[in-house]
Amino acid sequence: MSFLKEISPLVMNNFLSGTDVLSRYAAQITAEIQQGERRNYNEVLDLSSGDLHRGGIKPITFVRQVLAACVYPALLEDDSLPLDVKQRAQSLLRECEGGSVGSYTDSSGLAKIKHCVSQFITRRDGGVPSSPNNFFINSGSQTALMIMLKLLIRSEDSCRTGVLIPVPTYASFTLALEKQGAAIIPYYLCEEQGWTLQVEELRKALHTGRNTCNPVALYICNPGNPTGHIQSRKSIEEVICFAAEERLFILADEVCQSLVYGDDTEFYSYKKVLSEMGSTISSTVELASFNSLSKSFMGECGLRGGYVELVNLDPAVKEYGRRLLSTRSCPPVVGQIALDLMADPPKSGDPSFPTFSEEVQSIKNMIVKNTGRIQEVFAELPGISCQPLKAGFFVFPCLHFPPKAIQWAKKRQMEPDMLYCLHLLEETGLHVRPGCEYGQRKDSYHIRLFVATQENIMEDALQRLKMFHMRFMKEFS
Amino acid sequence: MSENGALPLRGKVLTVDTMNANVKKVDYAVRGPIVQRAVQIEKELKEGVKKPFEEVIKANIGDAHAMGQRPITFFRQVMALCTYPQLLDDNKFPEDAKNRARRILQSCGGNSIGAYTTSQGIDCVRHDVANYIQRRDGGIPSDPDNIYLTTGASDGIVTILKLLTAGEGRTRTGVMISIPQYPLYSASIAELGAVQISYYLNEEKCWSLDISELQRALQAAREHCSPRVLCIINPGNPTGQVQSRQCIEDVIRFAAKENLFLMADEVYQDNVYAEGCEFHSFKKVLFEMGPEYSSKVELASFHSTSKCYMGECGFRGGYMEVINMDPGVKAQLTKLVSVRLCPPVPGQALMDLVVNSPQPGEPSYQTFMKERTAVLSALAEKAKLTEEILNTVPGISCNPVQGAMYSFPRITLPERAINEAKAKDQAPDMFYCMKLLEETGICLVPGSGFGQREGTYHFRMTILPPTEKLKIMLNKLKEFHQKFTQQYS
Repeated sequence: MSFLKEISPLVMNNFLSGTDVLSRYAAQITAEIQQGERRNYNEVLDLSSGDLHRGGIKPITFVRQVLAACVYPALLEDDSLPLDVKQRAQSLLRECEGGSVGSYTDSSGLAKIKHCVSQFITRRDGGVPSSPNNFFINSGSQTALMIMLKLLIRSEDSCRTGVLIPVPTYASFTLALEKQGAAIIPYYLCEEQGWTLQVEELRKALHTGRNTCNPVALYICNPGNPTGHIQSRKSIEEVICFAAEERLFILADEVCQSLVYGDDTEFYSYKKVLSEMGSTISSTVELASFNSLSKSFMGECGLRGGYVELVNLDPAVKEYGRRLLSTRSCPPVVGQIALDLMADPPKSGDPSFPTFSEEVQSIKNMIVKNTGRIQEVFAELPGISCQPLKAGFFVFPCLHFPPKAIQWAKKRQMEPDMLYCLHLLEETGLHVRPGCEYGQRKDSYHIRLFVATQENIMEDALQRLKMFHMRFMKEFS
Repeated sequence: MSENGALPLRGKVLTVDTMNANVKKVDYAVRGPIVQRAVQIEKELKEGVKKPFEEVIKANIGDAHAMGQRPITFFRQVMALCTYPQLLDDNKFPEDAKNRARRILQSCGGNSIGAYTTSQGIDCVRHDVANYIQRRDGGIPSDPDNIYLTTGASDGIVTILKLLTAGEGRTRTGVMISIPQYPLYSASIAELGAVQISYYLNEEKCWSLDISELQRALQAAREHCSPRVLCIINPGNPTGQVQSRQCIEDVIRFAAKENLFLMADEVYQDNVYAEGCEFHSFKKVLFEMGPEYSSKVELASFHSTSKCYMGECGFRGGYMEVINMDPGVKAQLTKLVSVRLCPPVPGQALMDLVVNSPQPGEPSYQTFMKERTAVLSALAEKAKLTEEILNTVPGISCNPVQGAMYSFPRITLPERAINEAKAKDQAPDMFYCMKLLEETGICLVPGSGFGQREGTYHFRMTILPPTEKLKIMLNKLKEFHQKFTQQYS
């Protein structure tokens, strides 16, 4: 292994104890570089998390102006802020008790915000009615998912409550399920066909799952994370029928819904499709749909804001959910306000509209350019292939390791893609995540890269990856 | 599915029978049925319905800004600068605010408060928190690695309880909590399926904590569970009592002897009003008791941006410091907090400002101190006022409000009222509070929501409304109580 230094035992120990080796190692390398250590690269290039701002994208001006005015209302006297910013801030502050974003709100969120979000949903779904009473605003989709899991999962039963989840799925959700004591029933997405969801696979997984647990919920991620797959309307209908037949509660994680860029690709919400499926199904299938600030063009992950819309939820259960939420006081008000701005952005004719639409369009353009570039570079590289890129913030290419590489990893008691990522980080400073964190079919390996970063950063990353990958494949040929 | 779309009639997947049974036991009186009724009444008032009052006074929840308290200018300036960094070029903002904003932004990914942070919280904020704790506790060192930033103190409290809840049946974790208590504790214990071990505070002795009572509760609990945790709220909620140093030492000795993990809820640490009362942090006392205790007793202390003089509830800022936690358990804690990704960054930034507030010589210092002092002295005045006025009412008896933000007076209810309540399947103090709400618009929380000795009744009322409004409210309450007593005698 000529160019691959041995990874220190300390790092190996951390891996075996389950902590995030890669992130810690990346932080360690950054510190070492700052202290003057010389390497082939000047800094760690972080494409590991779905974080627009960390990747160098600026926040949306309108959003930050409104938030600043809400936080410090003296700014409303300022000449520099556009009129629509001031008006929006004033209308939001009127909803806050004592006119302050420091006051508590209703546990399920400010009434105005719920109203605004429900109107957004109705518009998005072409007129399908939506009631503010069916929303819980929360501090991000993870918290909302956890509340639903708390309602669904009976940890006191000897037969565990089962939840069907796709493979691959992002790691923090799997961890959340484990912490809640759920039994995880994996269903494999079909990589060869662009990571589609096949109902036969769902059926197989459910059948197997019924031997060991009591399956009650089906978790869908659409658009997919990390796969970027987007479900066709027909696929959504099939899944809904399946859930109806097999009596499953659908958890539809739709946080990436605004990031659709593929040609001839459209996002269909589970709610809309459900509403158009005939009254027996549309009035009975229980559905919770999740959306959040973090994966919108606003990219405001750190503000922590999201909502869940509940469809056909038993009113008595909803009341218990509300009560559970009340013990958490309320979601962060700044995040709630950002949700209002996400659901009701500047319109044509508003003073802030030109800047706003330009900023959003430039992010979209950047992602399209980046995904194009990624496909070009991968096409030239042996041993790495990618399904068509349609939606989301990530790509999840498949690495075809030669047998020697797999053995080398086995000897070091690590997953081959994890070891690949560690060495990629060490040799080139590029930080991406290994597929083993998300789950994948046996003997298949992947990496996950964030794509919503500035074009020059993407190019730098691709060059680093290309250089490393070529050497790696040659080394183990 | 058959061609014509017909399905057999189905019940719902998620019903009250199929749901997680523990969630059904969760109650949180502070936002419970009385508040729902208050909100409804507010709607009716807006629609023009005639009532014996013009507004609902929400004295049920510890929300200072909702009651008219102003935010601290400096904090909001820095938050605005962090939110919209273009303002760093605006000369209307003082230099010390800009410096703090720059420092916070530099430690955020992409220099934005919109980026995720590590799940334990921004490094430099945790350092600042550790420094604050060290200064507060007379130099006793604090390790930033033991600091976890949280989404309000509630998030930290629930996380630690979750971490410590284990076992089944007789080995199920028992959690000791005071009666009366802030109902987050009882709700979380119910949600997690842990066992609540109630220890009674002594109302006759100004809600003090007796070790003998702790001992009694513990002994009884050992029959049916495995006691592992002892929760203390100091200053107390709802009672406001401020523990003496002696008492804190006794509690630490007790925890050491009985092998209990101490949870010290100290969110009201700046809210101390009574003569002769002083806030002593559990950590400080622990370390001043020498290595026999300081190297052994496991402790988690909680603080937040919601109370004290800041009142910034809506930002959901907080931290916890964990002392002497087993490294394996700490690793699990770190993993557990990673599930929710990270606490809200505005809350983290605000926590930083609280522990790193303007210093003498800095441009914002004078205004800051003026505002801080005004808030705390107003609260002290209102605490005294509340105690005085309530004690003039026959049938109401109020202990001194030594700290925190509430009074928790005892009310004597006529037999007939108690019976009428019971006939309605309602707690007598809930019956009283509902009538109070309907007749005066004053929204309080009945003592039954916090726990109290059998056969006693209380309510919790905040001292937060502005002084003049508070006086009016207290006098209306006095009138109501006299009328109620007469009506049901």
